Amino acid sequence: MTASGTDPAIEARGLTRCFGDLRAVDDLDLVVPRACIYGFLGPNGCGKSTTIRMLCGLLTPTSGSARVLGCQVPEEAERLRRKIGYMTQRFSLYEDLTVRENLAFLGSVYSLRGTGLEKRVDGQLERFALDDRADQVSGTMSGGQRQRLALAAATLHEPELLFLDEPTSAVDPESRRTFWEHLFEMVDQGTTILVSTHFMDEAERCHRLAILDQGRVVADGVPDTLMEELGATVVQIESDRSRTIRGAILKLSQVWHVAQLGNRLHVLVRPDLADPVGLIEARANGIDAAARVSIVPANLEDVFVMATEGAPETADAG
Amino acid sequence: MRDSLGRIAAVAGKELRHLRRDELSRAMILGIPLIMTLLFGYAINHDVRHLPAGVVDLAGTSASRLLIAEVQASRVVDVVERFDAVDALETAMARGRISVGIFVPADFERRLVHRDRPIAQLLIDGSDPVVQSAARSLQLLPLAQAQRSGPRFEMRVYYNPERRSPVFIVPGLTGVILNLTMVLFTAVAIVRERERGNMELLITTPVGALELMVGKILPYMAIGYVQAVIIMSLGVWLFDVPILGNPVDFAAGVGLFILATLSLGLVISTLATNQFQAFQMTFMSFLPQLLLSGFMFPFEGMPVPAQWLAELFPLTHFLRIVRGIVLREADLLLLWQDVWPLAAFFVVFLMAATIRFQKRLD
Ligand SMILES: Nc1ncnc2c1ncn2[C@@H]1O[C@H](COP(=O)(O)OP(=O)(O)O)[C@@H](O)[C@H]1O
Ligand SMILES: [Mg+2]
Repeated sequence: MTASGTDPAIEARGLTRCFGDLRAVDDLDLVVPRACIYGFLGPNGCGKSTTIRMLCGLLTPTSGSARVLGCQVPEEAERLRRKIGYMTQRFSLYEDLTVRENLAFLGSVYSLRGTGLEKRVDGQLERFALDDRADQVSGTMSGGQRQRLALAAATLHEPELLFLDEPTSAVDPESRRTFWEHLFEMVDQGTTILVSTHFMDEAERCHRLAILDQGRVVADGVPDTLMEELGATVVQIESDRSRTIRGAILKLSQVWHVAQLGNRLHVLVRPDLADPVGLIEARANGIDAAARVSIVPANLEDVFVMATEGAPETADAG
Repeated sequence: MRDSLGRIAAVAGKELRHLRRDELSRAMILGIPLIMTLLFGYAINHDVRHLPAGVVDLAGTSASRLLIAEVQASRVVDVVERFDAVDALETAMARGRISVGIFVPADFERRLVHRDRPIAQLLIDGSDPVVQSAARSLQLLPLAQAQRSGPRFEMRVYYNPERRSPVFIVPGLTGVILNLTMVLFTAVAIVRERERGNMELLITTPVGALELMVGKILPYMAIGYVQAVIIMSLGVWLFDVPILGNPVDFAAGVGLFILATLSLGLVISTLATNQFQAFQMTFMSFLPQLLLSGFMFPFEGMPVPAQWLAELFPLTHFLRIVRGIVLREADLLLLWQDVWPLAAFFVVFLMAATIRFQKRLD
């Protein structure tokens, strides 16, 4: 998806933002190619919103620089405004105005007038299935409806670049699915989208991804590549006594990380281990626990764990 | 330029929609002027009775005694003391024993005939607005001796020489009420958007700081006029306040004053971090204006530093403008000395608010 030849939509170098002693964003480098969905994956408080705000020109970086659509931010933020859409993490439309009034207000702020404005508003209402709610006060709508309205508002002026800050946090799975369909549709038309999330499955849908932790980018790339090049072998254990097994295998120095999912254990082990399945089966037999052990492909959660916790330093042969 | 006007109109239209949906705002638009005018209005109503009065009758003729009897018959005053000289009467007033003095000069009979000068003087304790307005009704008393038009009583207000007439109180009250409501409206206008999270979206749009400020002021300008009309109408209907002076000049003065107070509110809104703080700052800015502007207490009686301070308040200048228009029938050009400070206040505070309002979150 890298658009060779043209400038990337976003290019940031050494972007840093401090709040007092806290480095909310720490020396962040970022290249977002045009016409792709770029994901920011990370837990709450890792600096996703702060980064997006700096890229929109709403927050001044403590140090570092960023070019967004050819505009230096925050210096040229005013020129940038027309070209970007921003869907804030918190619902930021007017709760006492109706759906149509909200869209009409934003449209006129973006200099749409008369029939042009009406057409565009009607178009958005239809596209985001809000036509039957057009005259409802937005404060009384459900999470999914609000989210569609917020996206309709952010895309009303047909921006080249769309920032979406945790757009699906307050939304049911069905709404999330249709939401992503909208995003892919927009990317097909050439829009660049930067979306932050803390959902792994959502991050997997992105063309590219940056994993953030405590203000730093700990991994970035195409999700498939990140998962393929994990730097660890993933072993899955199914057993009725998974908790006991967990305690036992955690003592092995070759085992880096164990996560439990119901009856299953998801285990990261050293990649250079010749027979991880054999090793774990032996261990399970040793404590008389019946277990089905197999090697499975890595998922983004594993990438995240590896990126944030990494391979233990003390992991020498054992 | 057209884009800019369009954005201002969009912001103004949106503000009006908020107002239409917000019951508290609607209540404030109508309720505050109604309640405050009624409260203050009863302080200037005409039904005050039995004010203690002192009399100095230097003429001592039957006609002068008749005059005093008629004043007494109006039941507005009760003559409680008689004095030989004005000095004694003034002392009694200063001590608070009487609040109205009736002075009949020695040449009373001659004055009655010639009608070139007032026939007698009413001396009034102006520190109490109730007394002042009540005495006004005395002034208009149809005295048998002076049926034909011409000066009757000359009224002299003591301790409050500035406010010669209650016709000033209602227009002045317009200023006081507008000062409170206008600042209150715009003080929360920006804070509210920040509190509700709308600001982060708004500053991402192309709307400029000045456009936002002007757009937020415009609807309240109209509302300010609505309030002014409510107050003046109440004054006319309930309290028989005559409308004096040129209404166009008065309207222009009101408009300028509204702009000044709205811009003060905007500055407060950029300083406050939440609506509660905005309310506090509004009242903190309102009280000194109410006390020092000359509405409550005579301006000349204040210490000089307080007078300097009062010169900074829009209300001080507005009251002078109103007084000029209503009492002296002056036009705005004549009142330039108080017009330009209002205009300057508006421009400076609008700029301050615009500069303080950063399209940033940090
Ligand atoms: N205005 C602010 N003042 C102080 N600290 C802030 C401010 N905004 C964010 N932070 C802090 O910066 C860190 C990153 O926040 P944020 O970017 O909102 O994270 P995320 O969006 O990934 O959840 C958090 O620890 C947060 O508390
Ligand atoms: Mg966030």
